[in-house]
Amino acid sequence: MSKRLLSLTVNDRAQQCAVADNALLLDVLRDDLGLTGTKQGCDGGECGACTVLVDDQPQLACITLAATCSGRRIETIEHLAVNGRMSRLQQAFHEKLGTQCGFCTPGMIMAAEALLRRHPDPSETQIREALAGNLCRCTGYVKIIESVRAAAGGAR
Amino acid sequence: MAAVGQRTPLVDGIEKVTGRARYTADLPFGQALVGRILRSPVAHGVIRDIDTAAARALPGVRAVITGQDFAAPYGVIPIAQNEWPLARDKVRYRGEPVAAVAAVDEATAEAALRAIVLDIEPLPAYFSAAEARAEGALPLHDKKAGNIERQVEQDFGDVDGGLAAADLVLERRTSYAEVAHGQIELNAAVAAYEPENDRLTTHSVTQVPYYLHLTLAQVLGMDSSRIRVIKPFVGGGFGHRVEPLNFEMVTAALARAAGGTVRMQLTREEGFLTHRGRPATDIRLKIGMRRSGEITAVDCEIVQRGGAYGGYGLVTILYAGALLHALYRVGAVRYRGFRVYTNLPPCGAMRGHGAVDARHAFESLLDEMAGQLGLDAFAVRRANLIAPPYRTLNDLQVNSYGIPTCLAWVERASGWKERRGKLSRNDGLKRGLGMACSHYVSGSAKPVHWSGEPHAVINLKLDFDGSITILTGASDIGQGSSTLLTQVVAEVLMLPMARIRVIATDSALTPKDNGSYSSRVSFMVGNAALRAAEELKRLLVVAAAKALQVTPDEIEWAGECCAVVGTDKSLDFAQVVEAALAHSGTITVKGVWSTPPETQGGKFRGAAVGSTAGFSYAAQVVEVSVDEDTGVVKVEQVWVAHDCGFAINPLAVEGQVQGAVWMGMGQALSEETQYHEGLALRPNMLDYRIPTIVESPPIDVHLVESHDPLGPFGAKEASEGALHGFPPALTNAICDAIGIRLAELPATPDRVLEALHVRQREQRLRAHRAAVAAAK
Repeated sequence: MSKRLLSLTVNDRAQQCAVADNALLLDVLRDDLGLTGTKQGCDGGECGACTVLVDDQPQLACITLAATCSGRRIETIEHLAVNGRMSRLQQAFHEKLGTQCGFCTPGMIMAAEALLRRHPDPSETQIREALAGNLCRCTGYVKIIESVRAAAGGAR
Repeated sequence: MAAVGQRTPLVDGIEKVTGRARYTADLPFGQALVGRILRSPVAHGVIRDIDTAAARALPGVRAVITGQDFAAPYGVIPIAQNEWPLARDKVRYRGEPVAAVAAVDEATAEAALRAIVLDIEPLPAYFSAAEARAEGALPLHDKKAGNIERQVEQDFGDVDGGLAAADLVLERRTSYAEVAHGQIELNAAVAAYEPENDRLTTHSVTQVPYYLHLTLAQVLGMDSSRIRVIKPFVGGGFGHRVEPLNFEMVTAALARAAGGTVRMQLTREEGFLTHRGRPATDIRLKIGMRRSGEITAVDCEIVQRGGAYGGYGLVTILYAGALLHALYRVGAVRYRGFRVYTNLPPCGAMRGHGAVDARHAFESLLDEMAGQLGLDAFAVRRANLIAPPYRTLNDLQVNSYGIPTCLAWVERASGWKERRGKLSRNDGLKRGLGMACSHYVSGSAKPVHWSGEPHAVINLKLDFDGSITILTGASDIGQGSSTLLTQVVAEVLMLPMARIRVIATDSALTPKDNGSYSSRVSFMVGNAALRAAEELKRLLVVAAAKALQVTPDEIEWAGECCAVVGTDKSLDFAQVVEAALAHSGTITVKGVWSTPPETQGGKFRGAAVGSTAGFSYAAQVVEVSVDEDTGVVKVEQVWVAHDCGFAINPLAVEGQVQGAVWMGMGQALSEETQYHEGLALRPNMLDYRIPTIVESPPIDVHLVESHDPLGPFGAKEASEGALHGFPPALTNAICDAIGIRLAELPATPDRVLEALHVRQREQRLRAHRAAVAAAK
């Protein structure tokens, strides 16, 4: 399949990539742009590890065609720390041990980030619903919920 | 204590939350070849021919290999090595690797796989232990008649006498679905072969770089000195990766055949086919009990459906019997275990290894017998407590035992006495409370390879820059081992953790470690680190003393500085380092540790399995609500008390205990593999039902510290022991809620509904018979 030039805005940077029509956003981010923070954990749409933000909405990069992202604002985990300062969510996941092996962490944090942008002070139910599509095998989710609450609480 | 005992975020946590952490599939290797594996479509068969000519001829294909390209079979247990990285002569499960290609890109690799022609003559295949053991069944392996990989017979004490002396004897049969580890990171390996000097470097998702290293040398017929194994960040293991896995060896062989670098990433489906999970198990358990609740005898038979190859199999069937002991006093024990070969993906070690299903059977039966004797569940446990130091019937040593404290805490925290039997709420749901105890080893006291080496080795390096490097082969897979080692070294040297870094799991740099399995790292490597740090401190004190012209006993060590007692003569750390280096240059010290012989188990066959220098203990209470219309069981809350000896990192210990309990919940409620004629039916994260955050309960953890005499700072394991207690606590809670004791896991809605309907039918039948009798 031949490639065409795709203009993407990723983490506030304009990028131009030669991309096949059937290229997945996940592969463009990881392989073309070297942003390996976004992970693949399943064979498509099942685990949430590839969650990125597209125009502030959480989306699974593994089942998103890169071509559909032209003109949209894409954010990956690499975008959250600013000038070497971790975001409140990142800080909370670190301090409260919302992360153990760390593999689900980027997707989990991006999904939580999307939640906090819409609901800065979410209830536990809202947290559970927002993260329902992100599987973790290490934590049992207990400290993930604590991390999100701590980040939200820090904003108050 | 400044470092140990403190809630400490992971030393590599920032890399994880920023996305900077590089896992195997993230490593930059430039233009590497893509490796793919061709898998057997047949569950059992003779390989007549593998025609790779067309595949080789495709442009962009750099290597095509089969089982003939390997020098030897392998297996993690030295006496059970019957697996080839790519099948040779026979295939024994659907999905078994039979050929592999390395090509310039994924599309070419796929095309090459499709171009390989397999000629396999099917043989009868066996998908259950019963079928495989039946008369006339073909043996999957030579010299394994009846497809028994291992048969275990262990008799301790007088079981028949114990049963005769009991006031109550009950026997029950339970069965358990096969489960999988479900680690989120997909399997991956990158192998770089330098043909010019016959050197291989492999990066992989392994939990056991050392075993992988030995196995690569063996199957490739290469000298191990020409091989380097590096483990980067790993996204979970849980036992999936505690043995060298076929794709790791295949990637290396492809790299050598192609004379370059090959990357392989397995799909999730392939991960399920690689498997090495907890086997489907059938248990028959009989317990004799006195009216007081005291256990007089245990008679247990366990059959494990092991899959097509050995792997850890014989260890799994031994653990199942060994850990009937060491949690309670059990009177006398008869154990019969059967590990059976079947034409399914091979099982292996999974968190809790071997003892999880047996613990469910045991704690369920204790509960049932307690009910019949009119005893409270807690009272029955209390009637069988161990008083350490204690030597079990099967020669296992118990030196610290936190069960009494664990029981007291969960009993109180859950409101057991006040709330049990009073949980109904008029919302149509039935509610219940259930409890169970559990335990696990802190590392197997006898290592897999009986080479005579110490069981753990750590190096510390101190040089002109004033930083201390911990060089360790210990595999951090998210449990926080690197953080723990840093805390231990910081504590002994009284230095801030910021002065210490960990370099881990690079065979060219770090001392060998046996790996992250059987929860050995905190106990064994922690102890080695403690000793290394003490040796380094001794050297520094000697150097400081010499510089200050006093004897070492006159030095008061305070980490960032040290002083002569009673004076104001002092040196800061940089000065001490300078003085120490002046004598010897770069300082490297070694710390070693081995389990004491008295903890290494008895002399009977298989005795080493179950032996440990310290058992962890746990008790938990589970509260459930059950919807009798849908069969859905919801876990409302868990209270768990875990005796970890001493919590070096309470934050990490809590996280591990929660994760263990929750993994037990997955197995108990919703996880099961399924096969049709050997075809995996649930090889994905939707059909294999790992609980999401929505159905995961609050888990209250209480850490109990029994201060083990052998553990580092008294610490024991914290990652596996709490898992075994959840499944029985769950089914005990369901029984409390709806009066039905489930004999099969997982407790899926269809099984719960079926049990409810069976009871309803039986009640109707009884009522009908009573009516008929009354009418006469």
